[in-house]
Amino acid sequence: MIHNLHSRRGFLRGTVLGTAGLLLAIQMPRTGKSATRAFADTQATFIPNAFVKIDGMGIKLIMPHTEFGQGIYTSSAMLMAEELEVRLDQVSVEAAPPDLSKYMDPFLYDQATGGSTSTRADWVRLRQAGAAARIMLVEAAAHEWGVTPGECRVEAGKIYHDGSGRNVTYVEIASKAAAIPLPKDPPLKDPSQFKIIGTRAKRIDTAEKVNGSLVYGIDVKLPGMKIATLAMSPVLGGKLTRYDEAAARAIPGVVDIVKTDEAIAVIGDHMWSAQQGLDALSVEWEAGPNGSMNLESIVSKMEEASRQNGVTVRNDADAVSAIAGAKTKLEAVYQSPFLSHSALEPMNCTLHIQDDKAELWVGTQVPVRAQNAVASATGLPAEKVTVNNLLIGGAFGRRLDVDTIEIGARLLKDIRYPVKLIWTREQDMTHDFFRPYYYDRVAAGLDEDGRLVGRTHRVTGSSILARWAPPAFVNGIDPDALDCAAETPYDESSVLAEFVRFEPEGLVTAWWRGVGATHNLFVIESFVDEMATAVEQDPLEFRRKMLTRNPRALAVLNLAAEKAGWTNPLPEGRGRGISLQFAFGTYLAHILEIEVTAEKEVKLLRSVIAVDCGVVVNPDTVEAQMQGGVIFGLSSAMFNAITFTDGAVDQSNFDTYRVLRIDEAPRIDVFQVKSAELPGGVGEAGTASVAAALANAIFAATGKRMRSLPLADAVAA
Amino acid sequence: MKTLEINGQSHQVDVPDDMPLLWVLRDVLGMTGTKFGCGIAQCGACTVHLDDTAVRACQTTMDMIDGEKITTIEGVASTEIGAKVQAAWLDKEVVQCGYCQSGQIMSAISLLASNPKPTDAEIDEAMSGNICRCGTYVRIREAIHSVTA
Repeated sequence: MIHNLHSRRGFLRGTVLGTAGLLLAIQMPRTGKSATRAFADTQATFIPNAFVKIDGMGIKLIMPHTEFGQGIYTSSAMLMAEELEVRLDQVSVEAAPPDLSKYMDPFLYDQATGGSTSTRADWVRLRQAGAAARIMLVEAAAHEWGVTPGECRVEAGKIYHDGSGRNVTYVEIASKAAAIPLPKDPPLKDPSQFKIIGTRAKRIDTAEKVNGSLVYGIDVKLPGMKIATLAMSPVLGGKLTRYDEAAARAIPGVVDIVKTDEAIAVIGDHMWSAQQGLDALSVEWEAGPNGSMNLESIVSKMEEASRQNGVTVRNDADAVSAIAGAKTKLEAVYQSPFLSHSALEPMNCTLHIQDDKAELWVGTQVPVRAQNAVASATGLPAEKVTVNNLLIGGAFGRRLDVDTIEIGARLLKDIRYPVKLIWTREQDMTHDFFRPYYYDRVAAGLDEDGRLVGRTHRVTGSSILARWAPPAFVNGIDPDALDCAAETPYDESSVLAEFVRFEPEGLVTAWWRGVGATHNLFVIESFVDEMATAVEQDPLEFRRKMLTRNPRALAVLNLAAEKAGWTNPLPEGRGRGISLQFAFGTYLAHILEIEVTAEKEVKLLRSVIAVDCGVVVNPDTVEAQMQGGVIFGLSSAMFNAITFTDGAVDQSNFDTYRVLRIDEAPRIDVFQVKSAELPGGVGEAGTASVAAALANAIFAATGKRMRSLPLADAVAA
Repeated sequence: MKTLEINGQSHQVDVPDDMPLLWVLRDVLGMTGTKFGCGIAQCGACTVHLDDTAVRACQTTMDMIDGEKITTIEGVASTEIGAKVQAAWLDKEVVQCGYCQSGQIMSAISLLASNPKPTDAEIDEAMSGNICRCGTYVRIREAIHSVTA
């Protein structure tokens, strides 16, 4: 069971990733009434499965996962195009509609994009979808020509019969292919035959992003549409008490004012009138039960909770006794703050609610949940809610929740014209669902040879999983909360890992890039450095010695060390820090070089990443995710913490929630290990590696061990 | 009524004097390439050019505009430098989510127009007002250098 902890929500892998489940997901019914109707409705459209659609307009690929910058539209299209035998410039793509029966992510048990699971989920099923479609198209052509499919060949969306010199395009033969039986278990190419997978294929979603024409959710334009913006209580959970409606209505361009107990919005001709109107409302709120909430009281309750035993997640070979009998003993407390997502596109949704149906335009990581949110707020059946899932200007886990869509639908349920509801940055940041605060107690014992003989780790924090996917929270164990803490890449047999669930009152916590792995790797990989220091060993050598049974982990560590020049001496004030991980199915070593200046400012100089994520679909995407993941992780590890005073969030915009800028960004070098293993996830791996590498580099530069994030101000203090 | 000259075209708009150009572009003229990110000139997503100067459209109100030529992301392809920067962005595969990239490109064009061969330090200086949450900074530097090469 324990090895399943390596993948967040890995609990599902065994039950759903089986072949039967995958085939179910890709096959449309081909017999009986529904199949007949599907083909009758679409006439000349060839829809062999949930992912491929070919008609007179061309070849369309349906994207089961949402694109928010990670490059999944390109990777998904590459997987299908490889087997379909088309070029990427011959296809167009569209977002899948909400339909759990066809588009469920088998790792997440939902139609969801997150947890670095997309490529792992799609690796087989999208290639099968492409292969099945190709086989049917070829059979249709062969049938037309009175030859066998084996005599035909395919290239770039065209079928050739060289013997007779005939050829036909997929588009031309599509209507005939619809009558061909769906092939069972279509064979897939041997990797040596790959033409697209493994190449640095250009992204398919970028041309419109450099000329301003791409329509994100916030850019939707509809006939008769108005623009709205909202306010919620500064004290979280506070209720609306008083507002000056007349003053708002006096603002030119203000059209309507709508409210619920928790939010009020002004609808206007444009965002400016809506904002002016909202200001004019002079809204008053009743603080409610959270009025005295502050960060200090939350942390002090967590500290108390962390003294109790937690639910045991792993307990091998009595680690407590092993530590008690060890020559060298270490104990430490680590803390990781609440974090906001702060994607650059503020939260928004556009709704057109009518008496008998509704339409939603939004970028969401969970389209079925989005549909249900509108249905429950309006009382309409879910099938009467159309969801248009648009590309997103950054998500980082925020759009795995649909609270903003629910709020929007509740506010707008009596409005019958289309309204685009936009959160200001301040509303977005202060009413985010935050990454949890974690309070970690760790201990370790080492023998006279400096070898690790026992380790304990007690994580105290919120369980996002228990809220987001209650069936996955079994026996009080949250596999995500202990991701990378219960199991490490190292040779260790004596480990006690516990989880103390602590839900901070008045707060909802949420997924965030890497969540469990990001937090736990900061703790574990910092603590491994502490162990090395305690037994006076080099942090690299100390790790190497514990990797006798993990060649892939050792290989990335050695590669990073070599590329970073680990043994090259550094000038005064500089330091290098290591972090090593196996997370999301991917091995990664990170060596970060920094300088702490005489003014105690941390300068980020060079980040070296060595990554083995198994077989690679697009090496450029892997590189981009590593670079971007490191920058994202550096923002939080250096600067970020969400705090509360009297029930309100203290940070509200990028002036108080500082993110890394280009002049602060290090050089980042990414080295990829060639591998034929199954693909691992890459969207979060880079981010998860950062905090420990940074803390260890600061220790190397200054001798100061930092155990509480963020670090920049702590170094200066 | 106010006349705005945007990307070589004249537009008549009837909007309040204190209305930021950002919302005039997006909500009145339907030009949504210019993005809203923070509203307080911290993120640079709304960067446009007034004549040749890069400005934040969220802080540029109607009464501050007096006949200057406005250029937005939708208009840069028609200039030589703009087309080169867009091509470099695609060639170096800079873009991830893309939401900040309109602003990044507008700032890069403004930099290159006045300094055709910027150093890393000059790029950092000119581009540090533009936040990218996806972390494309490494490739932005590369792309700007490739335009100068």
